Amino acid sequence: MIADFGFGVLLVAFLASLYSVIAALYGEFNKIPAMVESARRAMLLTWPLLTLAAGILVYLLVNDHYEVKFVYEVTSRAMPTYLKVTAWWGGQAGSLLFWSWLMSAFASLVTLRKWDRDREFLPWVIVVASVTLAFFIGMNLFFENPFRQFYQTFNNEIAAYTFQPANSILFTPADGQGLNPLLRHPGMIIHPPMLYLGFVSFVIPYAFAMAALITGRTDDRWIRLTRRWTLWAWLFLSAGLVLGGRWAYDVLGWGGYWGWDPVEIAAFMPWLTGTAFLHSVMIQEKRGMFKHWNMLLVILTYDLVIFGTFLTRSGVLSSVHAFAQSAIGPLFFAFIGITLITSVALIIYRWDLLKSETQMTSLLSREALFLLNNLLFMSILVVCFWGVIYPLISELFTGQKVTVGPPFYERATGPLWATLLLLMGIAPLSAWGHSTLKTLGRAIWIPAFGAVIVTAALFVTYTQNVFALVGFFLVALVILVTIYEYGRGAYARSRSQGENIFTAFWNLTGRNRRRYGGYIIHLSMMLMAIGILGIELFQVETQGTLAVGDSLQLSGYTVRYKEVASWDNPGAGVNHTRAVVEVYDKNGNLLGNLHPRKDYYYDTQQPMTIPGQLASLKDEVYVLLIDWEPITPVGTTFKIFVNPLVNWLWLGSLLFLVGVIIAAWPDKDPERVTVRDGKRVPQASAAD
Amino acid sequence: MSKNFLRDTQYAILLLLILLSSATTVFAQDPTPTDDEVNRIAKELYCPVCESTPLDVCPTEACRQWRELIRSMLAEGKSEEEIKQYFVTQYGARVLSEPPNRWASYLVPVAAFLLGAFLLFRGFRLWLRPVTAESASPKDEAESVSQDDYVRQLEEELKKRK
Repeated sequence: MIADFGFGVLLVAFLASLYSVIAALYGEFNKIPAMVESARRAMLLTWPLLTLAAGILVYLLVNDHYEVKFVYEVTSRAMPTYLKVTAWWGGQAGSLLFWSWLMSAFASLVTLRKWDRDREFLPWVIVVASVTLAFFIGMNLFFENPFRQFYQTFNNEIAAYTFQPANSILFTPADGQGLNPLLRHPGMIIHPPMLYLGFVSFVIPYAFAMAALITGRTDDRWIRLTRRWTLWAWLFLSAGLVLGGRWAYDVLGWGGYWGWDPVEIAAFMPWLTGTAFLHSVMIQEKRGMFKHWNMLLVILTYDLVIFGTFLTRSGVLSSVHAFAQSAIGPLFFAFIGITLITSVALIIYRWDLLKSETQMTSLLSREALFLLNNLLFMSILVVCFWGVIYPLISELFTGQKVTVGPPFYERATGPLWATLLLLMGIAPLSAWGHSTLKTLGRAIWIPAFGAVIVTAALFVTYTQNVFALVGFFLVALVILVTIYEYGRGAYARSRSQGENIFTAFWNLTGRNRRRYGGYIIHLSMMLMAIGILGIELFQVETQGTLAVGDSLQLSGYTVRYKEVASWDNPGAGVNHTRAVVEVYDKNGNLLGNLHPRKDYYYDTQQPMTIPGQLASLKDEVYVLLIDWEPITPVGTTFKIFVNPLVNWLWLGSLLFLVGVIIAAWPDKDPERVTVRDGKRVPQASAAD
Repeated sequence: MSKNFLRDTQYAILLLLILLSSATTVFAQDPTPTDDEVNRIAKELYCPVCESTPLDVCPTEACRQWRELIRSMLAEGKSEEEIKQYFVTQYGARVLSEPPNRWASYLVPVAAFLLGAFLLFRGFRLWLRPVTAESASPKDEAESVSQDDYVRQLEEELKKRK
């Protein structure tokens, strides 16, 4: 009964979003502000409605209503309550509802802002946001209904239906199947919400971009209005990606954080276009150029977000047949196709209005380098997209199923990443409008010289691997350039304002948040790059079956097997097998005990491998308890990885969050612009 | 039904092969290959059952058997290429971590990059051309430089200090 009510609420939310589309269009075309206001209110109504629907679903999940198919599939009696709540996004139907719920929250937030200066955008922002919302709620209503219940018909057939069939009774299984154990990790509680927050918040810049195109108000007002949305969206998406990486590292038991899996790539692609957009949008703000391109990037990001949402849970790209059999696959693609074609058609329609206001004056100017940056990001995007769809294309045209794994992506994107690092080193030193080789050379030689010294030192003390040395040189260059730029600014400020260097440093960041937040993000990326270079190029592993007291040696470490114990945890429906191993350094000093373990979940009959980790900035000893040899008293099999420098990746991620928060923190008056000689000149303090 | 039958037959053949090959290892001259030797090859093969999972980390029973099969084949003295080829023959090209005709997979990204680079540089030339004519005007030059007020201020401050 309550599930039927949930379905009803979902239906009303769907109708409300459809109404807001129609009312906004009607109000706009017939110039009836009251209708637009009515549309806005209908849109505001979707959030409480979806909150109610979601609340009902969570109630069903927490209270073991296994007559509901979704509840049956993702929970079991043994699961603790918090996991039953997070099981909401543990399956496709729930994920879609979660997406819609977040989307409606963001759409409501946007419509609550002051619209005095941008009245003409309002109806179109409502239309775009509501169409997107209606599409996702529609998916839930018609194809992936989380409220479907099991019914037993008179011939004893049990199946799930939205409406009770004639001559049937409700069927309640005794227990649910339980959540996939991999999704029971704390990382999974926060990773999907972050990713989805990133996804849905990118819809807002898209809605404004479309509103700007439709109304013909194609100055950079839409960009100024959505700049912080975009940064927050980027923050959430980045955090979602990093958390996903950390989850994989801690749970999947293959000693890595990124496997170039289609699902990972699906979340990564909007990040690529989003990052390209964050850079190229600055060209439009500073120089009034490349408006077409920025529009295109926002559109691509939006459609990749939809593509990513769809791919994350569906798995339909595994084969042509899975795609054809999936009810929602073709619909998603139709939606992506329609929005893409409509949006691009609008750009073409408004082509003349989007012409650049100024000319490019130098190949080494900041805007030229940003364009190169965009070329590289887009190339990485093409590699990713092609890699994801190549198996489908191959199967479709040759009938041959193929896998596109990490070697393809690493080989194809490696040089692109390296060039991006080089650009990151050069671009902060180039000026907007005009730079020459001479001015750039004068600024870069000190950091470049420093980077050469660092690389030489690494050559002598750490590695002779050419790829690693090139990578470390670039990383050192970017770090030194960033510090040099920062130092120059702080020094100038401390002299001119009479502040001590730390105060100057602090105030400089405060007054130029976007610039210095951006620099902190660059620095954090470099810390992450150190971690990635370390694990990609220097990871070593070994595996062996040990008797108690025996040991394995790897990269100067000795891992000694002490004991193993296995016990049942009936309350949680899990069997734990936990080993104790000691880790010694090359001098025989005990560094600590590790507890790699294997949890076996009875409800889903799936194991989960939890590594024992000994972390330091130099490297990480990562020990897995493997059961591909049977665990017997005579021998237990361990797999050991030594992952050099990997923790720099996680440190970098933390610094990254700091950087984005600094860059995205609201200014007192972010939209203040002075007009000088009829040209826009952004205020250095606010818009830099 | 026929699909299941086929799959069962495949498993039966596989099991037989494993049994046969493990029987031969008993008489083989080589010592049993280590886990590391097995994993080195398993790492480059993809589980034919699970999506996107390399064979060296796949926890399923089927993969455990496949790893044992690699071990027996190594013990028989088979080369890495022969072992990979065996898996490709049995389960298709999808067990390899990259498509067999590699050039086809790289063609599109490389072409896209070249096209993008070509368009960009063509664009640069177009954008730059009219301005070179205008750049004689000192006003325009000064204006473009003054766009980055911040950098200019910074440079001035630094000059003052010197």
